[in-house]
Amino acid sequence: MDQRTAVEVSAPTGPLPLAAQTSGRRFTVSPMNRRRWENFKANRRGYWALWIFLSLFVITLFAEAIANDKPFLITYDGRLFFPSLVNYTQADFGVTDELAQSAPDYRDPYLQQLIAEKHGTVFWPPIHYSYDTHNLDLPTPAPSKPTWMLTEAECHEVVERKGLGGCRDLEYNWLGTDDQGFDVLARIIYGFRISVLFGLTLTIVSSVIGVAAGAVQGYFGGWTDLLFQRFIEIWTSLPELYLLLIISSVLVPGFFVLLGILLLFSWVRLVALVRAEFLRGRNFEYIQAARALGVSNWVIMFRHLLPNAMVATLTFLPFITSASVMTLTALDFLGFGLPPGSASLGELLKQGKDNIQAPWLGITAFLTLAIMLSLLIFIGEAVRDAFDPRKTFR
Amino acid sequence: MTAVDATTAPLLEVKDLSIAFRQGDHETLAVDRVSFDIRRGETLALVGESGSGKSATALAVMKLLPYPAARHPGGSIRFKGRDLLPLGEREMRRVRGADITIIFQEPMTSLNPLHTIEKQIGEILLLHAGLTGAAARKRILELLTDVGIPEPATRLASYPHQLSGGQRQRVMIAMALANEPDLLIADEPTTALDVTVQAQILKLLKELQARLGMAMLFITHDLGIVRRLAERVCVMKEGKIVEQGLVERVFKTAEHPYTRSLIDAQPHPDPAPLQAEAPVVVETEDLKVWFPVKRGLLRRVVGHIKAVDGVSIAVRQGETLGIVGESGSGKTTLGLAILRLISSQGRIGFLGRGIAGLKFKQMLPFRRDMQIVFQDPYGSLSPRMSVSDIVEEGLWVHHKQLSPAEREARVVRALADVGLAAEARFRYPHEFSGGQRQRIALARALVLEPSFLVLDEPTSALDMLIQSQMVDLLRALQKRRDLTYLFISHDLRVVAALASRLVVMRHGRVVEEGPAADLFARPQSDYTRALFAAAFNLDAAPVGIVAD
Repeated sequence: MDQRTAVEVSAPTGPLPLAAQTSGRRFTVSPMNRRRWENFKANRRGYWALWIFLSLFVITLFAEAIANDKPFLITYDGRLFFPSLVNYTQADFGVTDELAQSAPDYRDPYLQQLIAEKHGTVFWPPIHYSYDTHNLDLPTPAPSKPTWMLTEAECHEVVERKGLGGCRDLEYNWLGTDDQGFDVLARIIYGFRISVLFGLTLTIVSSVIGVAAGAVQGYFGGWTDLLFQRFIEIWTSLPELYLLLIISSVLVPGFFVLLGILLLFSWVRLVALVRAEFLRGRNFEYIQAARALGVSNWVIMFRHLLPNAMVATLTFLPFITSASVMTLTALDFLGFGLPPGSASLGELLKQGKDNIQAPWLGITAFLTLAIMLSLLIFIGEAVRDAFDPRKTFR
Repeated sequence: MTAVDATTAPLLEVKDLSIAFRQGDHETLAVDRVSFDIRRGETLALVGESGSGKSATALAVMKLLPYPAARHPGGSIRFKGRDLLPLGEREMRRVRGADITIIFQEPMTSLNPLHTIEKQIGEILLLHAGLTGAAARKRILELLTDVGIPEPATRLASYPHQLSGGQRQRVMIAMALANEPDLLIADEPTTALDVTVQAQILKLLKELQARLGMAMLFITHDLGIVRRLAERVCVMKEGKIVEQGLVERVFKTAEHPYTRSLIDAQPHPDPAPLQAEAPVVVETEDLKVWFPVKRGLLRRVVGHIKAVDGVSIAVRQGETLGIVGESGSGKTTLGLAILRLISSQGRIGFLGRGIAGLKFKQMLPFRRDMQIVFQDPYGSLSPRMSVSDIVEEGLWVHHKQLSPAEREARVVRALADVGLAAEARFRYPHEFSGGQRQRIALARALVLEPSFLVLDEPTSALDMLIQSQMVDLLRALQKRRDLTYLFISHDLRVVAALASRLVVMRHGRVVEEGPAADLFARPQSDYTRALFAAAFNLDAAPVGIVAD
């Protein structure tokens, strides 16, 4: 009341003239949203978390250009090759034996030598491993330590074999390798991407379903609401994790199969919230006014009520995303998640558990998950602040 | 300080008090260097329209503003000679509830719904007087008797929702008086109440004040109350006190033009003439809206709440039918039922055709001709839609074939009809004042060019000045477009200004009806008489005639 009072002092109280601030008005950010953005920014931790998260997400979206066993550009024999985008054969690089028609292994010293002979240049991504590239030159049995932690004694054999000067000349596995000999750094880059993409997709799809279900219940009320509510009560009392385990042992797990399975249970999270908003909203006078105008139920729900419910929904989204990421990680950890060999943080955690002697696995997976989830929670807190009409800062 | 000084020195002395609210980076000055004082036993009224800073001033005396978003750039508040502004929260708590107390506008939300009456009053006694057990109960009963709660002993265990609005406000007053404060701040204590209840509460406050000898700072926008209750008055406008003085002096010879305009801002009666020969636009026959009361495991219907119980009315073309009554009398329900927005039994006729049983699709062509304007200018416009989107929504339903240009032209015309500039359509509702929003709501209804309008308390939430402008606008529109109004209000002054016929409702039934002029001159029933006395003279009715 007092806030509004204060604002109204400056507002014109007379009925007639309005300042001629005209065209283009409806295309700009509404003042309400501008205030929300200000509130969001006022939560410094959430604001920075958003930027860090977005940068990490955008960077990992281009994971193929960061960690890949294929170079992104090769100049060879006066021609340009884009191995990470186009599939070439060994024959393209002058191999003439019986393997000429097979896919080239760009990490193969023989191929590199062929390219160098024709004065070709190879442009590699910063990390020469993809998530499924075996490091064939491991100095120790997998899982192998981060290269910078190796002692000269440990890498003596490989250094000898490759004719290098010492451990520091080896190709680096910055965070070591896992028990398959895969580069851990490459795997967490890909793993971060798939976790976030999975989390976001699951969040968006389950929000759409949840909002629609909540909207129908809240708006129509009565029997629709009653039956739907009882159904949801029964549905949510099913032992979720066991069902997930059973279903994922029957179906062949993959990104979309897992998405579908998790969706079965995750859509209920927003229903209660949206239902409450619609129950409250349907008695607003502007809803009555729209009904008096003869506007149809669906238009009222979409145009008038949904925007109100979106505030509550948006506030929840980051938390739902982090919960989705957690569920996927848990399934992966238990071995019921993404197919074997995919880059997955849960699988890395499991390896950390199985290989206590290789702490870089567990620590890396833990830190990655902790940072990702903390960032999402910080963003969620800031979003909550942004939509809180009573929030004042300092 | 000598004894003489203590009695003549003001109890509360506010000097050059300013209040600023910070939002984001900019600061708004809500109250600008106001000064006033209150002596013991005196009533000072603070009047002004919403947004003039009167509530902020009162809250500042209690230091209840949302600090640190609010701050005082200057000034002092001296209570019994001590400046309150530098006091810390701990010291302030000793003053609040003991020396200075406050009652708020909304009795619905000022009481904690989870605690009994006894507990809520007992808490204050415990905090400031240390009373518990039997002593506390005795004092609580005393207080409840003082504020006129019937059979107080049986009410101790009641929860707020079991009391009526008037009773809740009485409990609030009992809480405020519990420690016999020196100063009572009343922040529009009767605005949310019916006129009849308002009269009773005002009478109670006056009696209690005389008996306890406390001073009162009374905040209101209703000059009728000021004239009745206060000795001195301060008129506030845009954060400044533009005039102050003795009530009789200010009413007789107001110096500031704003005060003048406030005093003159009574809607002048000039209702639409009776049209005895004109065709009937809307009629109802034995209309009933009964809400079933269900009990038990099987949800058997054990009874009904009869919101509207057998009402028959008829409105003729060009007339205004006023419907008056206390809250809960079924006025609004009747309006909604006529527009088929809630289900009802009984015949509803619109231009000679029965519309009671029509389905959604069949109702559509009628909806163009019958529209509604609601009470709350803040709740009746969707905050997320621009004015243009709001006003043109009806056109999307009823005139789908219109081109964007034609649609825009109609929106502009509707806005012009209600006195808003065409540019207003690009803005959002929150950028407008209450009166302007109500005009937008009116434009939304008018854009379809209806012949019949239900006006559900369209002026109740507005300030006096804006109210009379709104009444003039409604009257002009009615003349220009030959509109028929169903005007629902509890504010009889506004009804008197507009209604050609009158229906008085109580408990869902019609108590009395007839041409407005006759009814105002010669009310037949006790209930109508009590209603009129409360509205026009702020007289409380004897017990038993009206709700309490």
